[in-house]
Amino acid sequence: MKELAGKARKFGDNINTDYIIAGKYKFKSTDMNDMAKHLMEDVRPGFIDEIEKGDFIVAGHNFGMGSSREQAPLVIKAAGISAVIAKDFARIFYRNCINVGLPVIECDTDSIDEGDEVRVDLERGMVHNITKGSKLKATPLPPVMVKILKDGGLAEHFQKHGGFKLE
Amino acid sequence: MGTIAEKILTAHAGKDVKQGDIIVSPVDFMMSQDGTTPLTIKAFKDMQGKKLNDPSRYVIVIDHNAPSPMESVSNLHREMRTFAEQQGARLFDVGEGVCHVIVPEQGYALPGSVIIGADSHTCTYGALNAFATGVGSTDLAAALISGKTWFKVPSTIKLQYDGRMPKGVYSKDIALRMTGRLTSNGATYKALEIVGEAIDSLSVDARMTISNLAVETGAKVGLMRCDKKVIDYLETRARRAFKGVEADVDAKYEVVLKEDVSKLSPQIACPPDVDNVVPIEKLEGKEINQVFIGTCTNGRVEDLRIAASILDGKQVAKGVRLIVSPASKEVLLSAMECGIIQKLVKAGASVTTPSCGPCVGTCNGIPSDNEVVLSTANRNFKGRMGNTKASIFLSSPATAAYSAVKGFIADPREVL
Repeated sequence: MKELAGKARKFGDNINTDYIIAGKYKFKSTDMNDMAKHLMEDVRPGFIDEIEKGDFIVAGHNFGMGSSREQAPLVIKAAGISAVIAKDFARIFYRNCINVGLPVIECDTDSIDEGDEVRVDLERGMVHNITKGSKLKATPLPPVMVKILKDGGLAEHFQKHGGFKLE
Repeated sequence: MGTIAEKILTAHAGKDVKQGDIIVSPVDFMMSQDGTTPLTIKAFKDMQGKKLNDPSRYVIVIDHNAPSPMESVSNLHREMRTFAEQQGARLFDVGEGVCHVIVPEQGYALPGSVIIGADSHTCTYGALNAFATGVGSTDLAAALISGKTWFKVPSTIKLQYDGRMPKGVYSKDIALRMTGRLTSNGATYKALEIVGEAIDSLSVDARMTISNLAVETGAKVGLMRCDKKVIDYLETRARRAFKGVEADVDAKYEVVLKEDVSKLSPQIACPPDVDNVVPIEKLEGKEINQVFIGTCTNGRVEDLRIAASILDGKQVAKGVRLIVSPASKEVLLSAMECGIIQKLVKAGASVTTPSCGPCVGTCNGIPSDNEVVLSTANRNFKGRMGNTKASIFLSSPATAAYSAVKGFIADPREVL
């Protein structure tokens, strides 16, 4: 897994899946690029115009709470966000991210500010804040999720092994 | 020495499992709705899926955006109908109701079973002693093909509710209190076991309201016991044989939280989070513009009956809209047979097709800017009902109905 680099886009606690992509959009279409225009619209209007490819969403506790909509991680991915870094994640969202191949990193995000240059080494589980000159250690992904993420997502894992090969 | 969750997963994994183990489990039943099925079909195809592992164990429900308000949605619905027909799966079409009300009514949710649904409120079936949890479309597609999914065996928080339910206080008030106490991530990755004499005293319908809100604490499942009420509920409904699963007396819990409900007030969740819960005394008199009674949380006959008993012979306050969505065709039919719908309509309610509609902001009741909504749903996030400038408060059907009459948040104990 390669190193990721981009700017931090900072959010608070309890960012739910309705904020990531509102229900009024998600039922209309399966075109993620079109839906990506509305990413975070309700909490940060114009967000899609602020970001550049490779940027990180950086948040507090319980990122992704709420609905099971897989549109949430898919829209984040389609917007060009390279990973979500948060203190912790809601369960279904976390699992969906791994399944669709969107990296999620758990670490203390307090020292990361809006606009900080960040590099993430997924293999070593390190978050390097270039702007601040600091390094943060991420909570390692559970081994079962590393297996799925290394295969590129659950669909790819399934095709490669002809079913689940996790135990 | 297992919790309900450990024992159900042990029976399914075919080996003794304990908290923290990763297991691959057979899945007894699966469900998806119109917000999640199109991506499920896509994932199914991406995984080279040809046939469902067992079409009798999967249903599709069109409820989130029903009847379709626009052509792009209509085309997604058509894709779902085609998929169901090709695969021989049952599809509940427009008007049949909300998935989490249909699945128990139709006898698919059974004690001791493992259920996954591509909808976060799949945890509702925990009230029927099912290990039932929400997943994304890709997880569901993998299970549709293989008949299996993977789980991390959760630790369990036991919630024990003792005491007698006071008049005017309902299972929704327990559910909101639970969310306020645990907070929105207090049970992340964990199972809840919800027990006690207060729970025993509730109907199965009322219990489902509590399990429905389990996910609002981050929990994976909200399990209850399989008692005589559950067995009676399923007597004419169950599609397969089943056996309830009890926790062992020496089961290990992460924590046991006890609460006496006899002093509980009606509860309200304030925007923009479900765990932002206060007793009604703190909000009485707050002016409202729209009241919504329905959803997988509180759209069952018992809920509509309570609302109708309060609205009977009265009128919804001037300047307030009351929208009622019976949560299924069965609910609508029985509410018509016993005159509930007539009472609601005479009082000024607008009754919609059984569906999710206003709860998810797709159709049938999107509030205008700066309006205040009192809803019986399970989420009050900013923008949830389709307008980010509206604010949403959550309550029981009794509080919602009485507040509709008064025009402001009002305590239903005054009239009950």
